[in-house]
Amino acid sequence: MLKYIGRRLLFMLLSLWVIITATFFLMRMAPGNPFTSEKKLPPEIEANLNAFYGLDQPWYAQYWDYLVGIASWDFGPSFKYKSQTVNDLINSGFPVSLTLGIEALLIAVSFGVLLGVTAALFHNKWPDYGSMVIAVLGISVPSFIMATLLQYIFAMQLKIFPVALWESPMHTVLPALALAASPMAYIARLTRSSMLEVMSNDYIKTAKSKGLSRSAVTVKHAIRNAMLPVVSYLGPLSASVITGSVVIEQIFGIPGLGSHFVTSIQNRDYTVIMGITAFYSIILLVCVFLVDIAYGLIDPRIKLAGEKKGE
Amino acid sequence: MEKLLEVKDLQISFQTYGGDVQAVRGVSFDVFKGETLAIVGESGSGKSVTAQSLMKLIPMPPGKIIGGQILFEGEDIVTKTEKEMEHIRGKEISMIFQDPMTSLNPTMRVGKQIAEVLIKHQNMPKADAKKRAVELLHQVGIPMPETRVKQYPHEFSGGMRQRVMIAIALAANPKLLIADEPTTALDVTIQAQILELMKKLQKQTNTSIIFITHDLGVVANVADRVAVMYAGKIVETGTVDEIFYDPRHPYTWGLLASMPSLESSDHGELAAIPGTPPDLTNPPQGDAFAPRNQYSLAIDFVKEPPIYQISETHFVRSWLLHPNAPKVEPPEIVKKRMRKLPSSFEQAILVKEA
Repeated sequence: MLKYIGRRLLFMLLSLWVIITATFFLMRMAPGNPFTSEKKLPPEIEANLNAFYGLDQPWYAQYWDYLVGIASWDFGPSFKYKSQTVNDLINSGFPVSLTLGIEALLIAVSFGVLLGVTAALFHNKWPDYGSMVIAVLGISVPSFIMATLLQYIFAMQLKIFPVALWESPMHTVLPALALAASPMAYIARLTRSSMLEVMSNDYIKTAKSKGLSRSAVTVKHAIRNAMLPVVSYLGPLSASVITGSVVIEQIFGIPGLGSHFVTSIQNRDYTVIMGITAFYSIILLVCVFLVDIAYGLIDPRIKLAGEKKGE
Repeated sequence: MEKLLEVKDLQISFQTYGGDVQAVRGVSFDVFKGETLAIVGESGSGKSVTAQSLMKLIPMPPGKIIGGQILFEGEDIVTKTEKEMEHIRGKEISMIFQDPMTSLNPTMRVGKQIAEVLIKHQNMPKADAKKRAVELLHQVGIPMPETRVKQYPHEFSGGMRQRVMIAIALAANPKLLIADEPTTALDVTIQAQILELMKKLQKQTNTSIIFITHDLGVVANVADRVAVMYAGKIVETGTVDEIFYDPRHPYTWGLLASMPSLESSDHGELAAIPGTPPDLTNPPQGDAFAPRNQYSLAIDFVKEPPIYQISETHFVRSWLLHPNAPKVEPPEIVKKRMRKLPSSFEQAILVKEA
């Protein structure tokens, strides 16, 4: 097991390096630079800025500096937000996005699985159709419409939750719901189809023939086997949900990480682009890694490479 | 002998887009205490549906019991609710399925899968059920049961998994065990072992067994009585000897003729019954076997044959036993093994159907 984890970590580092390198060169190939603006800077000042941020050095020196920086968890200073480093941006934004993301994930998984299982158990009856209507709505309604709808209904009309901002737990509910809607719908559909498949298996018939009740068959024999596809979807999903969503954060005025994805690219804020990309990749790699571990725990047939048989 | 199960005129159909498939069309049979009844027939003859309906395991809908009774110790199973069935399944009647590779839950330790039955039906505490699971594994001949209970199904071979299934099925000492082609998916040597095991356990527990199969070799090995099914009906029932040494129905002849034997090995081609079973969405008029039957009479295409009784235990549904029917000779290979059984009546008696 330890050997397996070690090997996986090595591969994760390798993938991270590939991602960072690709981003670095793609970014440099894009026209413009952080100091391009409508008003042309005097050449002396631009030369000064370039020298200050190290942009006057040859590309391999910059590349090397950057790699060394990331290895020591230092993403460098932001070009646009003076006096702030990329680490500062991540440190202030990520906890907010993480809180929101975890809340949304919990909602998405619990309701998604519930809807999916209900739909499968009442296949082709009204609970199935009801759940699937909700799921189709959740997938097809864009998150900004979902967000404004939630704001209109629960904040403006019913006045249960605050409209926007990020101050108390009450403030987190609406954005979490808006963020959870489409993954929840997707999980519901995934769970439904996977449950239907599992329920047609012979071992479900065996479980029934033992005299177990319908609920015992579902809970003890079906759900665990039906969860595998959902778990594999959870890896990339959690990575994208906990690193924040531009749209939701803009609409609810949340100081999360999501907005930096877009603004940094518009600003050609080299270090922020790199930092956010690297950070996102790390989270994604870790999530996928956790999913693989979870796979082995859920299904004993999946042996992690490096493990001995029968252990 | 005491009757354990009495099936009377059971009719089951499945609703499909193509129409209602009448899978079982008026099947009646009895199972006595401690005996083994084999139900044989081609794929699609309704034998599995019949077996699964005894535990109400056919999916309803699309399946539906449209008529008849299943009396288990005098109580009709057809009218029982799902909740009542939970106390019958696993406890009174249990089942072994065809494919041991897929009939165990892959993500649950086998010990737990056995213990579940004990916890449900015998109110055993968890710890006792675990201990009993070890004993049961030992009983079905699995070596090192203490370590094996903690393993998952994929760590067992096919034969071993079928042993686990038998342990699960027999855990709560059921009165009736339904074995739905339990050896079909296993290779021949393992098949023999499993059959020996089932016979041994049956002797110990006096459980009645309904053995569904299309393998007449297996039938000869395990059964006390045999019911031959074709197109949703039983065409011939009798003791093993009666079916093998004095078969009367042309379909039974066909089945026996197509069974490879040690003597027939050098004659080359294996005999087969020509044609395919009928479409049970629109069952043919008269005898469903008539189109494939080289001995069929004109009346077979018009009118359903009645049942004739040959001996105390031997019943045949065929016009050939009618006093006015022409005398026909069974195929050579069947004729070779035919012999006169002392139990048969002088003349076949027409059975009045209710």
